[in-house]
Amino acid sequence: MYRYDEFDHQFVRERTAQFRDQADRRLSGALTEDEFRPLRLMNGLYLQLHAYMLRVAIPYGTLSSRQMRQLAYIADKWDRGYGHFTTRQNIQYNWIKLEDTADILAALAEVEMHAIQTSGNCIRNVTTDHWAGAAADEISDPRPVGELLRQWSSLHPEFSYLPRKFKIAVTGAPNDRAAVKVHDIGLRLHKNDAGAIGWEVMVGGGQGRTPMIAVTVRDFLPEKELVAYIEAIMRVYNLYGRRDNKYKARIKILVHEIGAEKFKAEVEAEYARRPEQTTHVEEKELQRIAAYFAPPVFEKLSRFTPAFEEAKLLHPGFARWARNNLAAHRVDGYTIVNISLKPEGGIPGDATAEQMRLMADLAERYSHDELRVSHPQNIILPHVRKDDALAIWQALVPAELATANYGLAGDIIACPGMDYCSLATARSIPISQAISRKFADLDVQEKIGPVKINISGCINACGHHHVGHIGILGLDKKGEEFYQITLGGSSTESASIGSILGPGFAGHEVAGAIEKILTTYVKLRQPGEEFLYAYRRLGPQPFKEALYAAA
Amino acid sequence: MPLLKNNAFIQDSWVHLGAEDPLPEGGNVSIPFSRLKNEWESLAKFPGQLGTLLSNTDHAEDVAHFLPHLALVILPFPAFVDGRAYSIARQIRLLGYRGELRATGNILPDQFQYMAQVGFSSFEVSERFPLEVWQQASKQMSLAYQRGLYRRVGEAEVWSERHEETAPETAPWEEQPHAG
Repeated sequence: MYRYDEFDHQFVRERTAQFRDQADRRLSGALTEDEFRPLRLMNGLYLQLHAYMLRVAIPYGTLSSRQMRQLAYIADKWDRGYGHFTTRQNIQYNWIKLEDTADILAALAEVEMHAIQTSGNCIRNVTTDHWAGAAADEISDPRPVGELLRQWSSLHPEFSYLPRKFKIAVTGAPNDRAAVKVHDIGLRLHKNDAGAIGWEVMVGGGQGRTPMIAVTVRDFLPEKELVAYIEAIMRVYNLYGRRDNKYKARIKILVHEIGAEKFKAEVEAEYARRPEQTTHVEEKELQRIAAYFAPPVFEKLSRFTPAFEEAKLLHPGFARWARNNLAAHRVDGYTIVNISLKPEGGIPGDATAEQMRLMADLAERYSHDELRVSHPQNIILPHVRKDDALAIWQALVPAELATANYGLAGDIIACPGMDYCSLATARSIPISQAISRKFADLDVQEKIGPVKINISGCINACGHHHVGHIGILGLDKKGEEFYQITLGGSSTESASIGSILGPGFAGHEVAGAIEKILTTYVKLRQPGEEFLYAYRRLGPQPFKEALYAAA
Repeated sequence: MPLLKNNAFIQDSWVHLGAEDPLPEGGNVSIPFSRLKNEWESLAKFPGQLGTLLSNTDHAEDVAHFLPHLALVILPFPAFVDGRAYSIARQIRLLGYRGELRATGNILPDQFQYMAQVGFSSFEVSERFPLEVWQQASKQMSLAYQRGLYRRVGEAEVWSERHEETAPETAPWEEQPHAG
């Protein structure tokens, strides 16, 4: 894992002092709220419906057990004993007082964390594959590039007042778990025929009210050129991105309006003008960072793990959890443990301070001291010996962290919705709870198989409904919440935007509608055909009939 | 509006003309960029120093041709959240312009250091804030990760500090040409 050196420490300390001064000036009235708002947002502090919300960065979703314990401490000391893990691999606290914020930032700085640029019209936390460094299909760990970009984008003087927020995602594996095609910039590492490593640079993806899939501007950019090239993209966006309408201000609109070819030409022209042709400093920095991400020392274990196999026979509950929540590790005898934060009837992504501490303890004991936050709002223990999986499961069960629904119908992405958010037009959490209760029977979920249900409480799409296999969008119709259903979205390497199926539903009808859709799928699927592929083959018609014809 | 330069309030020695104002005999005169372009043939013979006022939708490459003849470039921030002028400033410095680069408009202390880092060297500021506030604001962060920024004494580039055998010298930014 990356560790701060004296410069990183000093940087975050100074930033905290700067924010403390800004908050004091706001409290004294020296700063107006209009002047303070962009400053607090750039430090992750939102004003929500009931209180301030603080969003803390978890760069590329990686954290140590010490850091997780500090997140628990903050939840206990300054919030209401819990936190909410987000789709951008961050954590947010919903009940924060402005006057406590600087102290919280200082507590974060103690464990090499911060809230820099988790909000605001600037470059946000860089996200990546939550299985980075562990996944069997990975070409190379993308996190060194994530850290390089974290540093480069931190308090970038030129790009702190962009037209709109800016999100970068990075993947080092062919199976995209980081949703790079629906980010402002998506980076995908791949090998060419000669075996060299380069980056596909994609620009202009996004969700919100105008969902778009990113276009490729470079197929194979050498790693050492990443910083300078992204700087050119950012400059073109900062200069030409629309500022007259905040709903048309994301880079995707610029790419769309001037066209991918023209956009690419602008970027290349800007890139050609760069003065600093030498990249040796960036190369050395990347090497320095990469050393921190050297894989842990794995034991030489057999591919065959008898204790693990035996445990599955002895404990059917464990067998089910192992079947659904473990993923292939690149080292024999190891596995990736996916801890579901989606218990039946729970709030997706929420964890109590106690649960955080337990997961931290397990990571320290069994997973080389490492945890990950995933974009679908779960927690990962990336490097676990298969023979330790039973002990982990046994520890998770009493903490209500052992729900065996990873990747299934109950593993729902949901934004906080109108229960917390001042932008929301409808509630998301109760819909998610109703669906997860409807599919409480894990036998049913397993029979249905992998499906992504994503719920957003407004058109801004924080719950990623556009790229859910089943997307649910909460809207307001004359003071009543109603929900639009989309089908066929995906955020992977074969990304697609879901299509609206038909008229919306009242809140209490949604779970039943989802059940009808999935029943129809189970009836019509071919053997082994997952929901998304069945939908792509069948089209919307049978689902429309199931939902609307009978009525 | 007070003019802030080198951490002090100074008298503005420039005359700022509108689109129609008659040209004086000499002295330091700044002219809106559209007029500068239109009247360049006659302006090129102007005996004093010339400056120009850009808008933040002007393109740096259009200005490039005039830069060697200018001693002042003014860039506006219509609102402090409108960050276009940061990029234009950087481009103008990258084009080799070494003269005064002035920020005008909604200039507030909390963005002041960023403006200096991209190459602004003077600032038309509001009377709301005393000099100490600006002096304090100019040195909030002593470190930057980005390379090639303008730096004041006591500021350092993290990556260069880590990897350059001889770290780039820190000098007052007017004399420091290596923006980029």
